[in-house]
Amino acid sequence: MTRADVAAAILWTGATLYALFGGADFGGGFWDLLAGFDERKGAAPRARIQRSLTPVWEANHVWLIFILVVLWTAFPEAFGAIMSTLYVPIALAAFGIVLRGAGFAFRKSVQRLEYRRAMGAAFALSSVLTPFFMGTVVGAIAAGNVPADGNGEAFSSWIQPLPLLTGALFVLAGAYLAAVFLVADSARAGDKEMESWFATRALAAGVAAGAVALLGLIALHGEARYVYDRLIVEGLPLVIVSILCGFGVLALLLARRRRGLRPLAAGAVVAVIWGWGVAQFPYLLPTSLRIDQAAAPSATLDSVLVVFAIAAVVVLPALGLLYWLSQRELLGE
Amino acid sequence: MSNLLAARELMAFTLAFHIVLASLGVALPAMILTANWLGLKRGDADAMRLARRWSKAMAVTFAVGAVTGTVLSFEFGLLWPHFMARFGDAFGIAFAVEGIFFFTEAIFLAIYIYGWKRLGGWAHFWSGVPMVITGIGGAFSVVTANSWMNTPQGFSLDAAGKVVETEPFKVLFNPAWVYEVPHMILAAYMVVGFLVASIYAVGMLHGRRDRLHRLGLLIPLTIACVATPIQLFVGDTAAREVAEHQPAKFAGMECIQESGPEQTEYVGGICTSDGVKASIPIPDLDSYLVGFSKNTEVTGLNDIPADERPPANTLLHLAFDAMVGIGSALLLLGVWLAWSWWRRREIPRTPWFLRAVAVSGAGAILALWCGWIVTEVGRQPWIVQGYMRTSEAVTGAQGIWFAFAAVLVLYAGLGVGAVLVLRAMSRRWRDEGDADEDLSETPYAPAS
Repeated sequence: MTRADVAAAILWTGATLYALFGGADFGGGFWDLLAGFDERKGAAPRARIQRSLTPVWEANHVWLIFILVVLWTAFPEAFGAIMSTLYVPIALAAFGIVLRGAGFAFRKSVQRLEYRRAMGAAFALSSVLTPFFMGTVVGAIAAGNVPADGNGEAFSSWIQPLPLLTGALFVLAGAYLAAVFLVADSARAGDKEMESWFATRALAAGVAAGAVALLGLIALHGEARYVYDRLIVEGLPLVIVSILCGFGVLALLLARRRRGLRPLAAGAVVAVIWGWGVAQFPYLLPTSLRIDQAAAPSATLDSVLVVFAIAAVVVLPALGLLYWLSQRELLGE
Repeated sequence: MSNLLAARELMAFTLAFHIVLASLGVALPAMILTANWLGLKRGDADAMRLARRWSKAMAVTFAVGAVTGTVLSFEFGLLWPHFMARFGDAFGIAFAVEGIFFFTEAIFLAIYIYGWKRLGGWAHFWSGVPMVITGIGGAFSVVTANSWMNTPQGFSLDAAGKVVETEPFKVLFNPAWVYEVPHMILAAYMVVGFLVASIYAVGMLHGRRDRLHRLGLLIPLTIACVATPIQLFVGDTAAREVAEHQPAKFAGMECIQESGPEQTEYVGGICTSDGVKASIPIPDLDSYLVGFSKNTEVTGLNDIPADERPPANTLLHLAFDAMVGIGSALLLLGVWLAWSWWRRREIPRTPWFLRAVAVSGAGAILALWCGWIVTEVGRQPWIVQGYMRTSEAVTGAQGIWFAFAAVLVLYAGLGVGAVLVLRAMSRRWRDEGDADEDLSETPYAPAS
């Protein structure tokens, strides 16, 4: 493995962690949005979501910054090419991030009901739109619609079946993860009612995400042949792992078992992300820019590796502490 | 041209918005922990209450700052893709370091803010200490990225202008970091100190002269007043360094038309090619300030090629003067407080002191903006001084003006929302005390 490959693996690790934590975070907003217009009924799930998200939502999204920074430092040309081509969905995702953060931070501090509703709606709606646009970016990259020297098609690069399906998959995968995590959170809090409320939804989201993933595979066959061909050969073990994990989650949910639920759900998502990585290899932008072509000079790659090593020693234990405190309900307002 | 102007205005606006929130992220933890420490050490309930309230306010400002900061990292690519594609491998190094600091700050901030109830007193205090360190570390990394744009080094280019080798330490510790980084960290402490103090000064002017307000005024104001004289010294050094490293920027901000010794210092005025109009000229002072002698040679704009001169000289010059002027006024405010404290252990009695403190926060923010105008407009037409022009870096994407308009609307909402939320919090504390029954449990239910 070259330095550039290691840097790409770091990038993928960041993407994986963002998909798990950021994805579940967006998913929390998804269920807030779908908790119904009847505010009395919606109050309990919304309160559960808010309690679970509040202490960790900012840390969940720092992985996005991590991805951006590693991408522009280690693979600056790819960053420039992506940004100058897919600026429309990326700008829309950025708007979504602002709306979401503001909505979430403000809604618990305002008192008038109509403001709370407006803030909550901004948070919940942007929780769906933001991952959708992020997904279209990933889909457009996989489809090979980002030319290596940038300035690709501003609209037709992402308004195509594969990018749009990838957007939908992002939304559903986040919703699925969130529901599974919230099942566990509710179970620990001894809230039977919420536990089954989220379990039903985890089941539905899991089935929907699987269906969209299947459609995505068909679109991949049509629009991203290189990626498809590698996915069903080199990536096949990961695809199988993902399918097995997915069915495992379904089985556990139907059997009302809680143990192993979260690792399996996470495994299903992680396997897809690494399957995608394996399928793209050795391209960063299939099929116009390879990892080694896009890589920064070796001293820069070294500093990315060093920073990652320091982060692993400093940030991960701190993050572990945060989640540990949060899971033990030692953090709250 | 239109795209370039739109991209620059959009960048300037979003940076100006973010820098205030970033300052809060850098310096507010120190004020909170000072109050927290006083509260624990002396069993001071008022100090403890301040620490708790400020940390709740910080939860809001940090959230808004985190999203506006995320927007900026998108903008690097969306507005300046050619800059990032060409120099990301050098410029990015500082941001990779920043990532660690920001991540750690976000984590401990969450633990501290949400740990009031269930973490023990000193354990809770110590969980906040990393915020102070990471705030300073984060400021170092981001500002050193900017100082690299002003004094780029630590990379080599091939014939096509592509970066082929980098030296990360030279990138991180470029010549300008020594003065830019401390200048910004001190600025953050001044902005936050004066801003928080000004809120309590307004309260006191409205007759709320309890101990809580007095303490809420004194803690941040003392920190800011200590930072101010150091800042004037650092700023003075910075100006001399700029004269050496970036003569075009210096000539622009001081309106120096002709190179030579015995340069006049112009206070205020309008810069034109045949001299400065409507200013207060002080003969020879500029040469003294640059080299401690009236014979010091200072480069004028006549020695800078026309297409490498910074635009908007009058703006640059007035921004520089405003920054220095406000900084000096804040220094006097500190002297006033120190005098009164030395004589009778009390803040000055006259309401004029409180009125001055009440506007000091806005003044400090204005000075902060002016300083960044000098740094950024003064570097133009370069994005990487001497290597890449801003016009070469800008995106070819359409609709930047449209995006700018959308951002204006969104950020206006964000700013108004943040202020309203903070005001609502303070009103609630005033009316109902700090009981803080959990409003957040049921987000949509009527608030009792």
